[in-house]
Amino acid sequence: MIKAYLALLLLLLPSCVGHCDEPPHLDRIHFLIPAGPGGGWDGTARGVGEALLKSGLVTSISYENLSGGGGGRAIAKLIETASRQGDTLMVNSTPIVVRSLQKIFPQSFRDLTPIASVIADYGCFVVRKDSPYSTWGQIIAAFKADARQIKVAGGSVRGSTDHLVIAKALQAAGVDPRQVRYIPYDGGGRAMTGLLTGETQLLSTGLSEALDLASAGVVKVIATTAPARLSEIESVPTLKELGYDLVFANWRGFFGPPGMSPERIRTSIEILAQLIQTEEFELVRARNGWVVLFQSGQDFYRFLEQQERDIGRMMRDLGFLKS
Amino acid sequence: MLDGILLGLHTVATPANLLLVLLGCLVGTFIGMLPGLGPISAIALMIPITYGFDPAAGMILLAGVYYGAVFGGSTSSILINAPGIAGTVASAFDGYPLARSGEPGKALALAAYASFAGGTLAALMLIIAAPILADLSLIFQSADYFALMLLGLSLVAAFARPGGHLKALLMACFGIMLSTVGTDLSAGVQRFTFGRMDLMDGISFLLLAMATFALAEALMMVLQPTRAGARPMSIRMSRLKLNKREIKQVLPTVGRASVLGFFVGVLPGAGATIASFLAYGVERVLAKPAEQLRFGKGSLKGLAAPETANNAACTGSFVPLLTLGIPGSGTTAILLGALLAYGIQPGPRLFVDEPQVFWAVIVSMYFGNLILLVLNLPLIPYIARILMLPKVYLVPAILFFSLIGVYLVSFNSFDIQMMVFIAVIAVGLRLLEFPMAPLLLGFILGGMLEDNLRRAIILSDGSFGFLLGRPTTVVLLSLTVVTLISPLLRKLYRGIRSGN
Repeated sequence: MIKAYLALLLLLLPSCVGHCDEPPHLDRIHFLIPAGPGGGWDGTARGVGEALLKSGLVTSISYENLSGGGGGRAIAKLIETASRQGDTLMVNSTPIVVRSLQKIFPQSFRDLTPIASVIADYGCFVVRKDSPYSTWGQIIAAFKADARQIKVAGGSVRGSTDHLVIAKALQAAGVDPRQVRYIPYDGGGRAMTGLLTGETQLLSTGLSEALDLASAGVVKVIATTAPARLSEIESVPTLKELGYDLVFANWRGFFGPPGMSPERIRTSIEILAQLIQTEEFELVRARNGWVVLFQSGQDFYRFLEQQERDIGRMMRDLGFLKS
Repeated sequence: MLDGILLGLHTVATPANLLLVLLGCLVGTFIGMLPGLGPISAIALMIPITYGFDPAAGMILLAGVYYGAVFGGSTSSILINAPGIAGTVASAFDGYPLARSGEPGKALALAAYASFAGGTLAALMLIIAAPILADLSLIFQSADYFALMLLGLSLVAAFARPGGHLKALLMACFGIMLSTVGTDLSAGVQRFTFGRMDLMDGISFLLLAMATFALAEALMMVLQPTRAGARPMSIRMSRLKLNKREIKQVLPTVGRASVLGFFVGVLPGAGATIASFLAYGVERVLAKPAEQLRFGKGSLKGLAAPETANNAACTGSFVPLLTLGIPGSGTTAILLGALLAYGIQPGPRLFVDEPQVFWAVIVSMYFGNLILLVLNLPLIPYIARILMLPKVYLVPAILFFSLIGVYLVSFNSFDIQMMVFIAVIAVGLRLLEFPMAPLLLGFILGGMLEDNLRRAIILSDGSFGFLLGRPTTVVLLSLTVVTLISPLLRKLYRGIRSGN
């Protein structure tokens, strides 16, 4: 079976050798989505898949939703059946780093073949429009006066990225991160409701979740964790320019099974690199409010290692990991 | 506003769009009938097909799929006790006994009428009060949700057989215990997972409902072949219509359940399932003692209430979506994705910036509802024939569809093992006359009860002061107390009267 597959692969491969200045092309990609339909991973895979098809970079695309274990089941399946998953790309994001540090699943990105990150969502801090706090400086001052008066809403459990990002940002400003009153909600939408009902004073979330209500004037974004100001919200400062050394990107990208052939890795990277130049992708990107963050191959691997170190340190500082 | 509705009608009511809604209803009904597959899966399947459409056409197709899937879910709840979706679990409590007593046509027709009425009344409320209601969904804080869930649990008596209150209470506690399995939201630690990855996300409500109802029912048919429900049936198909007395009987129920369902639907996170359970409980509590005895045995009110409420709640859940851009349920979350794909950003500015889209969405939802009724009434006699199947075919079919249904949601064979395990326990409990509905009530309310309680406690810095801190909380808690002691008061009142 495997031999037959390899033979097939060899038959297909030379088609590129010799005339590689032609645009890269793959016959099929199977997207493995480690969550149910409707979430961020699902939207990313289907959005990218749609653009790949319409731009003609890939001929046929299939999707598989496999939820469970915080993504762990999909990872385990990809590794166990790696020999049959030659066409598979799994979508994933920052949680793969967080959850492997938390030992929710025993594997990490090292057990897979990191292909590329494609888009990113930066963290941001949000207040109601009638909030007494309107700058990051005022928030810091309020925290220093009494950490209890500001409760922070977030869309996931304690110790997840929403929590880590606000804790880290406050730590950079000299506040003890363990003092942060973090209120977990089941999803970003409910956390936003928690902010709007007035039971929490600050929301830590992804920028894409806050952008629309911010442009409608219901809430105000007071700072982002992007490396530089974003065109979508020119007026909002980054933590970096405010003098705090914190940049955080919640990337989303793709992984292949372990032992993926070098040719397939190269073609996959080329295809994704080509994709983000296309009009078809631009359409999908704009309608979802994505920010492109393309890093592939070795760069992506190094980025993941760096993020693992950063997040690991945050989690140890907060007491979520024993050093 | 009238302009708006006309604008919406103008956008939506073209022959091509009507064909689309017809197609959507058919596909939705079919998918919804398969146990386990509900509107979320149905809409997810249809979204890629609608990419090329203009927004109004796409939305109208999806609205058809949505309502079709909900109705399809009711069909399998009523006919084979295998709820197609979580929102129609409560419809099985009285719908299945009614169908089994030889009136499947009437049960399905009542479900269709009640769904339609719930959807219509809720759409009216949506049109009139959407902007005001957006504020309502922002009044409810964690403490209020906690009180609301407590009020829901106090209705547990409504799910008990006469004299079986203790058993019902025990089952509700069992349900709450089951709801604690999985990753805990507040601390992020795993509870009762035995180190298994399969249990990390907890037990799914649908799995529990299928195991305790569909699977357990099929096993009971095998264990007790002489039971009324186990014989193949001769069906009085002619009776699709409700007579005047019956209509008069369910009319107040439909009114109450649509208001209740709509308001519960408006609250982000509460949703159609909780609405249907609450409406069922409220009707049972309000019913006269003679009527109360009919509940669980094929009461028309007991079927109309959850059917009305779940459709009203579906419509209500569009309020936070359209006015705030916040999806309050899984289905509205995936619809939000579809709207975004058409370049429509739901939110406070939608109504102002793009009124034609706002109204087209509302009118298309209403069309979906209407077409569904027209489409399904003539089909009911054919659908209901499922019950005429002899047991040797029916039981394996139920087993097959319920197991496949659960597997298709998660693609995890562990879920099937767990389902069979739970079903065996459920059969034992049913033989000991423990009711299953309170288990589901405790399970569905337990999770939200705990999350909100813990949030409220962190928010009030560890004190229980939040219980009296807000008027909404106090009102809901008082209602809970009244519900709990009302049987006592009634008894006392009767005692005094007979004493005189």
